[in-house]
Amino acid sequence: MKIEVLGTGCSKCKALEEAAKQAVAKSGKFVQIEKVEDIQKIMEYGVMSTPALVIDGKVLSTGKVLSVSDIIELIKIQ
Amino acid sequence: MWYELSQVFIYNFIGLEGKLAETAHFFVYDTVKIWFLLITIIFAVSFLRSWVNTEYVRAHLQGKSALYGHVAAAGFGIITPFCSCSAIPLFLGFIQARIPLGVTFSFLISAPMNNEVAIAMLFGLFGWKVTSLYIGFGLLVAIFGGLLIGKLNLEKEILMDIKPLEIELQADFVRLSFKERTKEAWDYTWDIFKKIYLYILLGVGVGAWIHGYIPTDFITQYTGKGNPFAVIIAVLMGIPMYSNAAGVIPLVEVLTAKGMLLGTALSFMMAVTALSLPEALILKRIISIKLIAIFFGIVGSGIIAIGYLFNFIL
Repeated sequence: MKIEVLGTGCSKCKALEEAAKQAVAKSGKFVQIEKVEDIQKIMEYGVMSTPALVIDGKVLSTGKVLSVSDIIELIKIQ
Repeated sequence: MWYELSQVFIYNFIGLEGKLAETAHFFVYDTVKIWFLLITIIFAVSFLRSWVNTEYVRAHLQGKSALYGHVAAAGFGIITPFCSCSAIPLFLGFIQARIPLGVTFSFLISAPMNNEVAIAMLFGLFGWKVTSLYIGFGLLVAIFGGLLIGKLNLEKEILMDIKPLEIELQADFVRLSFKERTKEAWDYTWDIFKKIYLYILLGVGVGAWIHGYIPTDFITQYTGKGNPFAVIIAVLMGIPMYSNAAGVIPLVEVLTAKGMLLGTALSFMMAVTALSLPEALILKRIISIKLIAIFFGIVGSGIIAIGYLFNFIL
């Protein structure tokens, strides 16, 4: 499984990345986390409000900082 | 209700008297009233917003006629969230979906100007009439500013190569349960409130001080009929103040009550919200300085014209 955090570097994007890391640590699964800052790549996902959370290539949330428990839920469903 | 509560609190409970009591009463009443209104209005707007996100707006605007595009883009600007940090993906996303540059600007002008914080503050301090004027004229500036930018053929001023999307986007409302919408709206409301409540306290505090201690003549002379350049100065001063909109509006209210002309006040508040230096710096990464200057020039002159028009009519 691979989680990508899309964001151009604003404070909210860092907060989401941090939450994703914590969620992965709590879930106990082996998950790769990548921060995507390249605007061209972000556009390819069709995302317009950052930060966005992508799991295995699927955009699951845009424009908000999810809580750690929200992300754990998303990891479980996938 | 808040007025009486605050009155009882200051005069009977704490037992202040005279000018100090008047100032303190004004401070407590305004702060509590604005906090209450802010939470209510931000919650209502973010609840409505849970159906419509920027991705929806983009899909909706794709392939629409130019005039409809401008009007709809400006209208969507009222309910969609806007933060200058997502100005770039938003701008590129619109262009990518082959939405005309002018329509994109209509949205980019309207979204920060008609943000829920400014609307709630205006409603709380100036009442519904001034708030509707602000929104109405804000939409006009957004529609005509965008139309004008569209007519100037400035597409070559976009510095980044954007591959247009070939597909037709689907405009789908966001699907969520009632509970999820409520939770999301509340989280967002609380998030915003935490960021601005101190600014409001500060703004109302300075306002209360002006209200109690600065003579009306002084304010009328510099911001009222006595100063023909007041509107222009107000707009120039408003541009660098974006992040403090919540603190600035209470000040403007006091100045208006003491003789600042309403047109000048409206122009100032529009300049504070619509034009922001941080946003210009962010946009500089993807569009030329020339286009940014044209954008600021058109919106700035529009706002100044509205201010003079108002001062002339009223």
